[in-house]
Amino acid sequence: MTFPPPPYASPAGNPVRSGRAAPAGRKETAAYRRPRATRALAAAAFCALAFGAGDLPAEDGLAVDPEVRASLASSKVQDRDLAIERLAADFSPEAGAIMAALLAGDLYVDRDTSDLYLRDPGGAGYSPAGSGEPTDGESLSLRKVGTNNRQRSALAGILNGRSLRHPDVNVRREASAALVSDSGADEAFGAFIRELLAEEKDSRVRGNYEKILAARALRDPASSREDILAALGTLKERLSPEAQGLIRERTGAEDPEIAAAAREALSRMEATIQHISLFDTVFFGLSLGSVLALIAIGLAVTFGVMGVINMAHGEMVMLGAYTVWAFQELMPGRPGLALILAVPGSFVVAAIVGAAIERGVIRFLYNRPLETLLATFGISLILQQAVRTFVSSNNRPVVTPPFMAGQWYWTEHLSITWGRFYIIVFCLAVFLMILLVMKRTRLGLEVRAVTQNRPVARAMGVNSGRVDLMCFMLGSGVAGMAGAALSQLANVGPNLGQNYIVDSFMVVVFGGVGNLWGTLVGGLLIGMANKFLEPVNGAILAKIIIMCGIILFIQRHPRGLFPQKGRAAAA
Amino acid sequence: MKAFDRPTRIFFALAAAFALAVALGSLRPEGSALSVSPLTVSVLGKYMCLATLALSVDLVWGYMGILSLGHGAFFAMGGYAFGMYLMRHIGDKGVYVSELPDFMVFIGWEKLPWYWLGTDVFAYAAFLSVAAPGLLALVFGWTAFRSRVSGVYFSIISQAMTYALMLAFFLNALGFGGNNGFTDFKEILGFDIHTRGMATTLFALSAALMLLFYWICRTVSVSRLGLAVRAIRDNEDRVRFAGYRVERVKLFVFTLSAMAAGLAGALFVPQAGIINPNSFSPLFSIEAVICVALGGRGRLYGAVIGAFLVNWLKTTLTGLMPDAWLFVYGLLFVVVTVFLPEGVAGLLSRIRNPLAGRLKGERRGTEARA
Amino acid sequence: MSFKKKLAAAPALAAAVIAAVALLLTSPAAGPAVAQEDADVIKVGILHSLSGTMAISETTLKDAVLMLIEEQNRKGGLLGKKLVPVVVDPASEWPLFAEKARDLLSREKVAVVFGCWTSVSRKSVLPVFEELNGLLFYPVQYEGQESSKNVIYTGAAPNQQAIPAVDYLLDQGVKRFALVGTDYVFPRTANKIVEAYLLTKGIKQEDIYINYTPFGHADWQSIVAEIKRFGTTGVKTAVISTINGDANVPFYKELAAQNISAESIPVMAFSVGEEELSGIDTKPLVGHLAAWNYFQSVENPANATFIAAWKEYIKDPKRVTNDPMEAHYIGFNLWVKAVEKAGTTDVDAVLKAIVGLETPNLTGGTARLLANHHLTKPVLIGEIQDDGQFQVVWSTEGEVEGDAWSDYLPESADLIADWTDPINCGNYNEKTKTCGGSEAAAPAQ
Repeated sequence: MTFPPPPYASPAGNPVRSGRAAPAGRKETAAYRRPRATRALAAAAFCALAFGAGDLPAEDGLAVDPEVRASLASSKVQDRDLAIERLAADFSPEAGAIMAALLAGDLYVDRDTSDLYLRDPGGAGYSPAGSGEPTDGESLSLRKVGTNNRQRSALAGILNGRSLRHPDVNVRREASAALVSDSGADEAFGAFIRELLAEEKDSRVRGNYEKILAARALRDPASSREDILAALGTLKERLSPEAQGLIRERTGAEDPEIAAAAREALSRMEATIQHISLFDTVFFGLSLGSVLALIAIGLAVTFGVMGVINMAHGEMVMLGAYTVWAFQELMPGRPGLALILAVPGSFVVAAIVGAAIERGVIRFLYNRPLETLLATFGISLILQQAVRTFVSSNNRPVVTPPFMAGQWYWTEHLSITWGRFYIIVFCLAVFLMILLVMKRTRLGLEVRAVTQNRPVARAMGVNSGRVDLMCFMLGSGVAGMAGAALSQLANVGPNLGQNYIVDSFMVVVFGGVGNLWGTLVGGLLIGMANKFLEPVNGAILAKIIIMCGIILFIQRHPRGLFPQKGRAAAA
Repeated sequence: MKAFDRPTRIFFALAAAFALAVALGSLRPEGSALSVSPLTVSVLGKYMCLATLALSVDLVWGYMGILSLGHGAFFAMGGYAFGMYLMRHIGDKGVYVSELPDFMVFIGWEKLPWYWLGTDVFAYAAFLSVAAPGLLALVFGWTAFRSRVSGVYFSIISQAMTYALMLAFFLNALGFGGNNGFTDFKEILGFDIHTRGMATTLFALSAALMLLFYWICRTVSVSRLGLAVRAIRDNEDRVRFAGYRVERVKLFVFTLSAMAAGLAGALFVPQAGIINPNSFSPLFSIEAVICVALGGRGRLYGAVIGAFLVNWLKTTLTGLMPDAWLFVYGLLFVVVTVFLPEGVAGLLSRIRNPLAGRLKGERRGTEARA
Repeated sequence: MSFKKKLAAAPALAAAVIAAVALLLTSPAAGPAVAQEDADVIKVGILHSLSGTMAISETTLKDAVLMLIEEQNRKGGLLGKKLVPVVVDPASEWPLFAEKARDLLSREKVAVVFGCWTSVSRKSVLPVFEELNGLLFYPVQYEGQESSKNVIYTGAAPNQQAIPAVDYLLDQGVKRFALVGTDYVFPRTANKIVEAYLLTKGIKQEDIYINYTPFGHADWQSIVAEIKRFGTTGVKTAVISTINGDANVPFYKELAAQNISAESIPVMAFSVGEEELSGIDTKPLVGHLAAWNYFQSVENPANATFIAAWKEYIKDPKRVTNDPMEAHYIGFNLWVKAVEKAGTTDVDAVLKAIVGLETPNLTGGTARLLANHHLTKPVLIGEIQDDGQFQVVWSTEGEVEGDAWSDYLPESADLIADWTDPINCGNYNEKTKTCGGSEAAAPAQ
């Protein structure tokens, strides 16, 4: 038996056997997310509400039905379907709490007594369903109640529907926004929405209801002219392909006013979509570029100052990423803190390894940049194999902490992902830090002196050996921090460095060897170019075109975007 | 300076003797004394081709001072060119029983694209495997040298070139088999590829190519052109001011080396049995450079020794210690680069003449620039 | 010694060195010590990359085969002889694969090889196996369109993975499909087959979106945004992902970042198993799908024993098992049975004996080897859980027979493979009753 109405119909031809028991697990789960309900789920919500009174009694006191408890505790999927169906018809706050917990993966059942417990994501333990003090669950043998996609969608729909009359306005906003993409076909749904509209005071929620009604009006062949014009006016704010489709149909209408209104609405929508797409592309380009620039900054420092071509630079990035994983292993349950601590941690780790390389190998290879290339290539092989042998040859999982997840909605349509935004900020911060070091500290002064003219700098008392060491450590450390950022975006595996080494060389050469601003600008430009070309030509061709572009650019400006100045900067 | 001075004579003698021994040994029945198994023949044949690639890198690096990190691209292009011939000659014995190569049938093409026309003719394919890399080198070199791109910049953009080509060849739409590349070869000039006779022939040809190119390099290096080349390595500006057309010299040598690399690639492919875009990878080109560095650059026999050594190590270590061979491999590069900057050949010549280069004030000239 | 003498001595020295090297290389003793055929052991070759890009996936398979060999030896070996593994590392380089294969077959004289992962590696060793009449057990799901006399394909053919997965999605009411893959032969073939199949099921062409990315593509922002646009039209949309290995991680991360949950746009992957998930934070992926013939979470005694043995062998309770491991398990057991039936490890005899043999799989059923050298396998659809395991949500009633030549592509619809007499051909055209290509019978040499 399924709960009303079944979200996924099962056509007669294909037998759909429900799955086997879900494995029990006690790991933590992600924060509860409310996915957009589909048309059917909205109808489910509507039905659920239509049966009930719609307002939630404030007092508790109703114990959860023992049959429901037993069904939830069962390992069979159909039993749990049944339980959800029963809960949908129950309007007590306990049922709501249980359904919310079930959706979030926080519902546990005691194997012995079949009592239900809700886990507190904040770590306060397990509270029994209904009422009771939270316990720490040690004395109970708890098993998580699992769900599958279908059940979760249904639960989300039910809970969304309930939220439409929730006292908290934010909850209502979210729930009504989730409904906007569906404007159920039947009249009862329309009447229901009109009823809600009449009760609602908040403008944003009203806006959502109006959009639903507008879409319905356009779809209804019997709508009056005024209704249609009003609907067109409302809907042109929505940009979904569905709304576009509805409006496009009306552009061929006989009534010239309607047709004109439709055409105008459509062109407004298309213009807005183009702006959004542009905004998106720029943001994507900036974020890709900032990653490239971050990796390349360290290389620019070592390359420019010491003339060292460090083929092991990619492995420094990899070590930084592995540091994040190590911190997260040491601090389970606190991925955010681990990540923040891992940033200086990865700087330190990579700097130490860099120092070892410099003292052990590169020191003997000065004035021979091509030999350093080969030696560092050997070192990169050793580092890769070392990680494969001593850690694992498989990828390592790195958790994205909650503050890096999710999106920031500037307007209804413009959004950026938090993770990437922080990485852009991080890149700029690192860049500023390096710039400050170079311009304001003694070390920076010495580094610049050695870059411009090593013998004279030495004659002036600068210990060029020490400068080289510090410089290499700085470059490697920055690479480590880049790896920490990269751990949030990509695989953490032994081959991580190899994927980025060629690109980072391009950025450095493009921007001008030894020039920090060049690296930053070069990286951002390459990232943007990549993202602008991608939708047109596909990802692969975009990369090829960029490569060719850089090659041609170097032919024209052999020293890059911001060449080094000065006599000693020859060769 | 003579082209056939003592070291060269010795090298030629040894190499020719070696090749002859292997070739004759491969024709003897298996298991008897001095016989060489087909496995060894094909492996040695591949080493010969890689040695030619190393020679070509040595020519431009050891003698002219230009480090090209993209020479593998020329090798791979030659390989693909000849691969086209081999694919055409699978004919209708392929999986889909069609005149078109299998991968074209699979992506739904009806007929051969224009750049495949004529590749079923052996002479044309052989020509293409020399001409295509040569053309690429000509164009790339001309634009690079004309703008005076040199040193590290040149290395990096040559790496970009090979990387871009790798990405391009990974595209299935380009008509070169995408990631699967070319494989499943059946015959050359009517002879079945999988016979011992063919393996021996390919080995002999590879060895001959290596020796021929060695001789060419040697001749070039002792000629006036060779003097100019080494002078460019030591101080390019001075040569320019002396009136030489530096760009022309560079271009000529670069193109020559590319063509040899292409031919080596063409012989490599039937012996390896497959070519795919990974041959364009920057890693492959770096390995060629490593061969030269290990063997000792600026001495042609160094490149050959290095190529054999590096590849032999790879073959044995991946069998001997599959879990840890990269450690040994990487360590070797570090050690040789730091302690043996002139490679194995330098070691040999030091045995011969222990004081060479150790006297104060003497400059070997291999690395005159910072 | 004077300078002159040294001068004269050195070339001789060099000559001696080079001659020694030459002799070493050409002698049968080059390389690992064990080269002669030993009458008391049977050698088993393992041809998996232990370094390079494919090491992530293939190292586990090497360990799995080593474990199986150890277990078999504990049971008394095979035909009274001990099994000895010969492990080589082709380092994810395709020419090296061919070289190592030749090494294993002609020098080490192994009786059987378990190996390869990518289609390129398989295609590069195929001519070697056919030339030297070796036997390869290939454990990975692949694109089909091939059947060789010398290869036993223990992984899924497209009709054992892609088609049932599409059926499941259609069942769930999915009407729009985004086919996203890496640009190489497996995704291209799979997508061709899926597209053809969808069209026969009435899905419109404009409801199918296809996109290919290069290997290791790391920046998915634009493509995921495109998928979001494609998928939020109010019509239920799903993504069928044939993204290869490494690139899956940033793809899933980007999906999570742009708030695409499995409930809104589910992603059905063909190349993501427990091993790949162990390297990702799976919380944002909960609910996304994969189609395989085996999941570690399937509960039955054979699987439990296998998992326990694996964890003990690898000495790490956190290691997972996956479909290619089960394929090697089945392949190994079939080979052992065939050798026992034939009484010898000779490849032709084993090939004759092996067709039709059955062995239990790890999901409670049986795997039978068909005449086209494919297996019968059940198809399972699983949802990703937050602990990196899969919850099975659908499975086929019994096992599906592997079809080497897809019926949905015009160029292969008429082809079958049958390695038993009288047909004895890998690409036999049923319409014209002819055998194409060089796959016709006669053994090499």
